[in-house]
Amino acid sequence: MSVKILNDKCKGCTKCVKECPFEAITMQEKIAVIGPKCTNCGKCVDVCPFKAIENVAEEKKGAVDVTLYHDVWVFAEQRDGKLMNVSIELMGEGKKLAGEIGCKLCAILCGEKVDTLVDELYEYGADKVYYADAPELKTYNTDSYTKVIYEAILKYKPEIVLLGATHIGRDLGPCLAVQCGTGLTADCTQLDIDPEDKKLMQTRPAFGGNLMATILCPSHRPQMSTVRPGVMEKPERKSGAKGELIKLTPVYKEGDIRQKVLEIVKGLTEQVSLTDAKIIVSGGAGLGGPDGFKVIKQLADRLGGVVGSSRAAVDAGWIDHSHQVGQTGTTVKPTIYFACGISGAIQHLAGMQNSGYIVAINKNENAPIFEVADYGIVGDLYKVIPALLEVLG
Amino acid sequence: MKIIVCAKQVPDTNEVKIDPVKGTLIRDGVPSILNPDDANALEAALQLKDKDSKISVSILSMGPPQAAYMLRECLAMGADDAYLLSSRTFGGADTCATSTTLAAGIRGIGAYDIIFAGRQAIDGDTAQVGPQTAQRLGIPSVTYVQKIREIKKKSVVVERQLEDGYEVIEVEMPCLLTAVKELNTPRYMSVERIENAYKAEIKIWNENDINLKAEDCGLKASPTQVFRSFTPPPKGKGEMLSGSIGEMAAALVGKLREKHVI
Amino acid sequence: MIFSEKHDLIRKLARDFAETELTNDILDEIEATATYPTELLAKMGKAGFFGVKTPKEYGGQGSDYLSYVIILEELGRVSAVTDIWVSAPNSLGGGPLMLAGTEEQLKKYLPPIATGEKIMAFALTEPGAGSDAGGTTTTAIRDGEYWVLNGRKTFITTAPVADWAIVYAKTDLTQKGSRGISAFIVDMKLPGVSCGKAEHKMGIIGCPTSDIILEDVRVHESDILGEENRGFQNAMKTLDIGRIGVAAMSIGVAQGALDEAIKYAKERRQFGQRIADFQAISFMIADMATKLQAAKELVYRAAQLKEMNSPEAGTAASMAKYYATEICNEIAGKAVQIHGGYGYIKEYKVERIYRDCRVFTIFEGTSQVQQMVISGALLKK
Repeated sequence: MSVKILNDKCKGCTKCVKECPFEAITMQEKIAVIGPKCTNCGKCVDVCPFKAIENVAEEKKGAVDVTLYHDVWVFAEQRDGKLMNVSIELMGEGKKLAGEIGCKLCAILCGEKVDTLVDELYEYGADKVYYADAPELKTYNTDSYTKVIYEAILKYKPEIVLLGATHIGRDLGPCLAVQCGTGLTADCTQLDIDPEDKKLMQTRPAFGGNLMATILCPSHRPQMSTVRPGVMEKPERKSGAKGELIKLTPVYKEGDIRQKVLEIVKGLTEQVSLTDAKIIVSGGAGLGGPDGFKVIKQLADRLGGVVGSSRAAVDAGWIDHSHQVGQTGTTVKPTIYFACGISGAIQHLAGMQNSGYIVAINKNENAPIFEVADYGIVGDLYKVIPALLEVLG
Repeated sequence: MKIIVCAKQVPDTNEVKIDPVKGTLIRDGVPSILNPDDANALEAALQLKDKDSKISVSILSMGPPQAAYMLRECLAMGADDAYLLSSRTFGGADTCATSTTLAAGIRGIGAYDIIFAGRQAIDGDTAQVGPQTAQRLGIPSVTYVQKIREIKKKSVVVERQLEDGYEVIEVEMPCLLTAVKELNTPRYMSVERIENAYKAEIKIWNENDINLKAEDCGLKASPTQVFRSFTPPPKGKGEMLSGSIGEMAAALVGKLREKHVI
Repeated sequence: MIFSEKHDLIRKLARDFAETELTNDILDEIEATATYPTELLAKMGKAGFFGVKTPKEYGGQGSDYLSYVIILEELGRVSAVTDIWVSAPNSLGGGPLMLAGTEEQLKKYLPPIATGEKIMAFALTEPGAGSDAGGTTTTAIRDGEYWVLNGRKTFITTAPVADWAIVYAKTDLTQKGSRGISAFIVDMKLPGVSCGKAEHKMGIIGCPTSDIILEDVRVHESDILGEENRGFQNAMKTLDIGRIGVAAMSIGVAQGALDEAIKYAKERRQFGQRIADFQAISFMIADMATKLQAAKELVYRAAQLKEMNSPEAGTAASMAKYYATEICNEIAGKAVQIHGGYGYIKEYKVERIYRDCRVFTIFEGTSQVQQMVISGALLKK
């Protein structure tokens, strides 16, 4: 599909020029012209007041007969014989999509002697489980996993394949997509089925989260997405549920597997810096003493974030200057900023007000921090943080 | 030894702001930069070259003619030569079509031992083009490389980053490796190399130069398409939570989960 | 001025370097210890900042004056003292050599200076000879193959850490004023060379300045720089480059002050609104920005005229130095004013900027000397 300007209808109002997210439209002799930066996002089609821009279907190379493809597949990613949370979340989402299309939900499982996971997948809603059990599949390996799953896709023709956007899913997905000659949408945060043509609508953030895009894969199959962990709801586990098992028997020849995993090392994730942190939990004068940072750290650790502080806490000697956020410290822009016991002096606000979400916890309901907060809790942080930890589990 | 580094010129998404009134992107004055992960990819290649002066490092990009500026930056960091795949035909490409074009460009450059690419570009964040290019070339790939341990005669030993640790992987050459920022710290250009970069020629190739048919490029060869794009709804006015401590904690966690931020 | 892509890339290099390396913590450390980290100097050497204009065959980068200006501008925007370290080898250290050095001297001295391995000081000023360099009393008396130097040089930038110094001394006592002066390359380890104690300065802390004392220092005749008795002309031409350098620092430092003022004016609230919304503040900012832009154009023009070896280059350099240093002080003063009480506190960047730039209107020819040079060129005809 591409967009086209209908020259006789274009009034030269330049609305599309201003609205185009990619600066792809220019005016030439008072008529809009679409340039090479166009991604066919269709924004101009929506905004044109004169219906002078339309979507045009275009012949796609490698298009297939989409009616031959059925069922929703979820890549059941396991590490050390344990299903990844995102795979369970995808079972829930996959079930929803399968329901809307009117097809089956299947899981594809690779590993060595992970038979117990087959039952677990039934219990999470799989109608069928495709299971490849081989020593080459014990841990993830790009070549061995790609080969067995590609062969299964070729044979069983799923219409949708979902993978968790983990470091493994984002390695496997691209390889499978090229093998299958289909498209892949990365790191989706929302999936829907078009009620009319039953196509998968894949929504993902782009441009560093400044823009959301909904992506279609209209004439190639399967439609493939990787999905961001933690976004979809986990389904309820129905113990004792059963489904159909289909065993896959991959054969690996010399030269099929070109990477060898020599060792897997767990842990050792380095602490991220304040500037790179997605979540920052900061403490200030309201902590009352250096021990307060222990509570702050608990919350930061639970959320995978880092500890920040206000200048007051640094000046009091409770924490090192390297943690200081604000005008004379570090300027930060995390997705979530927790300000605990920080009143919100302008110098502090200057360093954190561009955070995605600001949560303020303070005993003083008139503290200026509440003016910039997206969510405010008036209360004692020594009671609120433990309560948060309890809810987070 | 021959190394090819794939790089992309991207808008600096950190500089992109949202118009608070209209809710649209403000792109005026947003600079175009060398994609950060690609700088790590180039640095990895240059570090190998530091140790062995016989190694040559070529830099390859697909993009509009303006991307030549970014390639000169790469030359000024120390790359030996630069190639730009540029044609209107390449426009509108998704990762699938992009990888076809890049693979053809790599074949055009000639024999290689290692291809480095950044893990992902900050404008698309797909992390797909690297491994897809390897698939098109029929060579093995390792993504998320955080350390290069050893270059052996016919293989490379690297550490591949996982969410909770890393794997040590030995991969046969020729191979494609995608770099994460933990791999290294990219070097600065130098004044002298900037001077030299502006004396160097950047080879600009279109689809004919790399033996691709127009139907295998750009929009026509892209299975996916953007159906619509929109700016996320503004987060709205701040909200004071109420109730008991427990209720407020539950409400907060619920709201943050709803926004998919925790 | 519209820059070429090449100069844009030079700016990117210097800006990336300044923003990554010259962090607040490092700058505070330099200020507290009055010591500049050697690792940082090594990194700057690698980036090519010490020999921007020096030809490649002598270990330099083979670039141009405009690149030099841009580098000083971008580094100075973050740290004035860094500019002192960068300008020293490029202008006062390397300049006289490039102007008058023999092939042997160039080969021996330029490469280590251009890469930052060695430091060359420039010793012209004396306790009794500041703006009036003609009052030089340091002497050099021939003794066989050697020259014997005696005297005292003062306010010599980098003297305590220098490997060599270019020393100007009277070689013909019969000639008056600026005549009869010669330049010598003096190894700082020679017997009879010593340094005074490092001065406690108001600003640009982290680059030491001291006296150099010469007591019967025997310098071999191969180390006389340029023609005998013609050293002063050489010094004056070097000062042209030096003046462009100080002008370039000034526009950088002034930009840093303006950046801080704008940032603060948007954050600080009084009487229920941002202080930027008061016309008294916003007009001050408009003035600062306009004058800064004018200064920038003067500096870029001076660099280009110097590049072309134009006869107007000297006057242009003086105009640039005069105007840029004066408005830099004015802008720094206003930036402090906009910060109010906070501007007087060391924790805010403008406090340091205010002290750092004070010397700009003084060294390498005071504003008044620049006025003399400019008016002299206009009125001599």
